Amino acid sequence: MFLINCPFCGEREQSEFKAGGEAHIVRPKQPTELSDDEWAEYLFMRKNIKGVQFERWNHVHGCRKWFNMVRDTSNDQIKAVYKMGEKPPVK
Amino acid sequence: MSNNLRFKTSKFIDETYRVSFKFNNKTYFGFKGDTLASALLANGIHLVGRSFKYHRPRGIMTSGSEEPNAIIQLHDNSSRTEPNVRATEVEIYEGLVASSQNCWPSVNFDIGGINNLLSPILPAGFYYKTFMWPASFWEKYEYFIRKSAGLGKSPKVADPDIYEHKYIHCDVLVIGAGISGIMAAKMAAKNGFKTLLVDEKSYLGGSSIYDNSEFSKINNQITSSWLEKEINEISKLENLEIKIRTSVAAYHGYNFLLARENLTDHLPINQRENKVRQRLLKIRAKKVITATGSIERPLIFDNNDRPGIMLSSAIKKYIDLYGVACGENNILFTNNDTVYETAMSLIQRGIKINAIIDNREQIDSKISYEVEKNNIKIYKGYSVVDTYGYRRINKISIMKLSKDGQTVIGDKTKLNCDCLGVSGGWTPAVHLFTQSGGKLKFRDEDQIFIPNVYPSDQISIGSCNGEFGLDEIIKNTLSSIKKFLNIDNSEYKNIETVSGLNLLKRNIWLLPSDKPVGKTKSFVDYQNDATAKDIKLALREGFRSIEHVKRYTTTGMGTDQGKLGNMHALGIISETAGTKMGEHGTTTFRPPYTPLTFGTIVGRNVGEFFDIFRRTPIHDWHVANNAEFENVGQWKRAWYYPKDNENMHQAVQRESKAARDSAGILDASTLGKIDIQGTDASEFLNRVYTNAWSKLAVGKCRYGLMLNEDGMVYDDGVTTRLGENHYIMTTTTGGAANVLGKLEDYLQTEWPELDVYLSSVTDHYATISVCGPNSKKIVSKVIPDLDLSDEKFPHMSFKNAKINNIKCRVMRISFTGEHSYEINIQANFGKSVWEKCMEAGKDFNITPYGTETMHLLRAEKGFIIVGQDTDATLTPIDLQMDWIVSKKKYDFIGKRSLYRSDTIREDRKQLVGLLTENPEEVLEEGAQIVADIKKSPIEMLGHVTSSYYSPNLKKSIALGVVKGGKNMLGQKLIIPMENKNINVTVADPVFLDKEGERLNAKL
Ligand SMILES: [Zn+2]
Repeated sequence: MFLINCPFCGEREQSEFKAGGEAHIVRPKQPTELSDDEWAEYLFMRKNIKGVQFERWNHVHGCRKWFNMVRDTSNDQIKAVYKMGEKPPVK
Repeated sequence: MSNNLRFKTSKFIDETYRVSFKFNNKTYFGFKGDTLASALLANGIHLVGRSFKYHRPRGIMTSGSEEPNAIIQLHDNSSRTEPNVRATEVEIYEGLVASSQNCWPSVNFDIGGINNLLSPILPAGFYYKTFMWPASFWEKYEYFIRKSAGLGKSPKVADPDIYEHKYIHCDVLVIGAGISGIMAAKMAAKNGFKTLLVDEKSYLGGSSIYDNSEFSKINNQITSSWLEKEINEISKLENLEIKIRTSVAAYHGYNFLLARENLTDHLPINQRENKVRQRLLKIRAKKVITATGSIERPLIFDNNDRPGIMLSSAIKKYIDLYGVACGENNILFTNNDTVYETAMSLIQRGIKINAIIDNREQIDSKISYEVEKNNIKIYKGYSVVDTYGYRRINKISIMKLSKDGQTVIGDKTKLNCDCLGVSGGWTPAVHLFTQSGGKLKFRDEDQIFIPNVYPSDQISIGSCNGEFGLDEIIKNTLSSIKKFLNIDNSEYKNIETVSGLNLLKRNIWLLPSDKPVGKTKSFVDYQNDATAKDIKLALREGFRSIEHVKRYTTTGMGTDQGKLGNMHALGIISETAGTKMGEHGTTTFRPPYTPLTFGTIVGRNVGEFFDIFRRTPIHDWHVANNAEFENVGQWKRAWYYPKDNENMHQAVQRESKAARDSAGILDASTLGKIDIQGTDASEFLNRVYTNAWSKLAVGKCRYGLMLNEDGMVYDDGVTTRLGENHYIMTTTTGGAANVLGKLEDYLQTEWPELDVYLSSVTDHYATISVCGPNSKKIVSKVIPDLDLSDEKFPHMSFKNAKINNIKCRVMRISFTGEHSYEINIQANFGKSVWEKCMEAGKDFNITPYGTETMHLLRAEKGFIIVGQDTDATLTPIDLQMDWIVSKKKYDFIGKRSLYRSDTIREDRKQLVGLLTENPEEVLEEGAQIVADIKKSPIEMLGHVTSSYYSPNLKKSIALGVVKGGKNMLGQKLIIPMENKNINVTVADPVFLDKEGERLNAKL
């Protein structure tokens, strides 16, 4: 079970958190301008990488804040956590 | 039974404390300190069970948690009964009752033993291949298979014991209190690390604590004496917590471990009352030191499973620790030096060793010379080719091994024995290491897997790290712990060790036999009866990956997870396939390391604490007034209130009629309530609901439908504008938490520029809904100061009010289609206001109604329930709710998805009303809807989502989703049921008062 360093609260058990899928997918500003395919790309397509992945997490049983995490899915190492809107601190 | 099996020389056994226990209905005696296994052996009992598939007699094989055979049922037919307990781990206590498993009718005569004779036709995969075909026969086979096989019996009544969970945080966790674990714990604790040392045994020191050999010494003292002083010293350390009888079950990522601490299982039953039996420790350690030791390997030869065949290290432990001789005429069989230590222990006590069979041609170690000096015949370069004796071994035959070890040659010699100790070398216990995600590497010299890549801050030391000589263990433990903890002081200066063992072995995974291939029974997995032949068969049939071979042959699939035989399975696979060890993968050891009780897993979360449930502030009134409850999410909601002998149907019919004829009252406190504030609150609602909110005046209420981004209906509810920048949103009862989570997600991640704050206030308010033609009269009595005239307080508006000086909010909103008021008041006043309403409604037959009546009343009006009439595949258009989808708004969550190619299909399932031909016939919710029953296969058009008998309309009504239903008004459809077909007509989903006159009726 991960020990996650919430950017707002500090280290907490994974059981306090909820994973929220791939990070840095921005909701289109003008959805009505998009074709079905373009909208589907936003709506359905996710990468699910083996290796370093950028993810959204929510401290749902804590401060309720959403934040981003860089995690290597092959060994579950958390490389970094950072606030929403911030640039990832690692590649 | 012989009395000379017990040697009263052990300091671990209290000879003054005699303990009586029952095994298979017979009373025996042992001493305090005995395990069930040692006590049985002291009574001359080896045969304790039958094997799983062939029902062969099986005896105690080991002395620890790796035991595959001696698994027994404790306290059969009592509330404390427990199956699959290893006799080698049970400490005996007064009143212990144990019985053999896996045998019917008895261990000495077992009907399943016939499988042994049938074994030529019971190869690997036999059950899959045979009993599954024809499928219809399975039921017939199953009865007999289950009766004569199966592992133990589960308890039939509730567990009377108490269990609990506990979190432990420490700097250093040391798993295993053998010699290296003790040293590591001392070094950690003395250097300021908060340390926890755990061991599954009831004593500290591992196998070194009974190592009295003259051949391995520390600082010129015998190992056990030196170690005793160390244990004495560490037990006084402040920084160190020591837990015995504590088995680490799981090692997860980030050094999170689960361990089971056994607190009362060794006590007489009458001393366990009100004590916690087992504790699940949830350990989060900064650093983990694994010192789990190693498990001796058996040897794989023909008939290697008879009672009396044991690991040589177990024989040594039984005599050295428990003072019990496992046999009176022993033979030891080995490929390495280990058995010579066992031999010395037996020699010292004058126990007869008939011979030693050693696979090796050359043996060169001090200890082996010492054994030879005692006139014990050592057959060098020999192998056991067969064993004899049904319920206990009585003979073996041996032959010379060829130079390459692939065949046996020369004459066969028979030797008598009543106990055969075997040793195939040692396998590091890397189970926990691999559970943590660690990667192993294979060491060719001694054919073992050892830790290679550590996934977290941890280290393996001692024999679990492939170090077997005492001098090597001590030297490496000191240096690696110093490095691991980054400390200068090892606490051990000038430590001198001598080791008498030669570590060379002659490893042959499957020993050759003089019998033709296929005629031998060389067991690899004792518990599941998987033989070398089965593994070879699996390879012939094309299985390659160890994970596939494992499942096909069931090797390593027992409760012991193949702790003894997995390595041999891998070895036989690689030899047969001509590949390198590890190339086909190593098997994955999954938690738990040893089985856990369900009690330990659930801890205190039993009975009413199994899951939390939420009560409304009015709950006690419902209980006092005979309500039946239903679970809605975590809430207990009043379902209906039966009067006298009413059944549910009768109660609901009465409640529904009363609500429309006069007045009904509903506890709606469970509805989710989210307080929304901020200068962008209106804009926010515009984006999350399908309809427009900017123009909603302060003091007005509006119904909203919330979609997912995929366009499917997610939640609904009424939101009220309390002020310019202040709203209160209601959500469905079950959806409250998810809706809040979703709104927070959008606010924080997509629209952080919006000035909006959300708070859940669900628990803060009690919500009482009074509806019906007399609702106005009732509410005016409860809140006399409030002007309830339709002009001042029209439908879909809200007023602040006071009841006895307590502020409340009153909304004129309706989920029943009746004129109704919803009073929201601080939760702790909820019950008294409810009672006030009841009092005020007395003259109007005010009738409390539950969720079932609420569902019926809204169905009469065709109002949907999200989650009942919808299932995340329906858009508002599918629900015929186009009216609520704003055409003008540029964007809202899900808008773009409403005109994807899939969502605009005409033949999507759409919500319709359904009327039965026979108005008395009530449809079953979930029933399929079809048009043509003659066509094959019958096309399913949809299903019934809600169905009731309406007392107000005096007929059956239903809602359902039907492909293309929107355009099928008046069309006849069929609901095929088990015994009949029900004819229905597609109708408007609004069955009652389509014009909404009842809402605004002049009262
Ligand atoms: Zn937090």
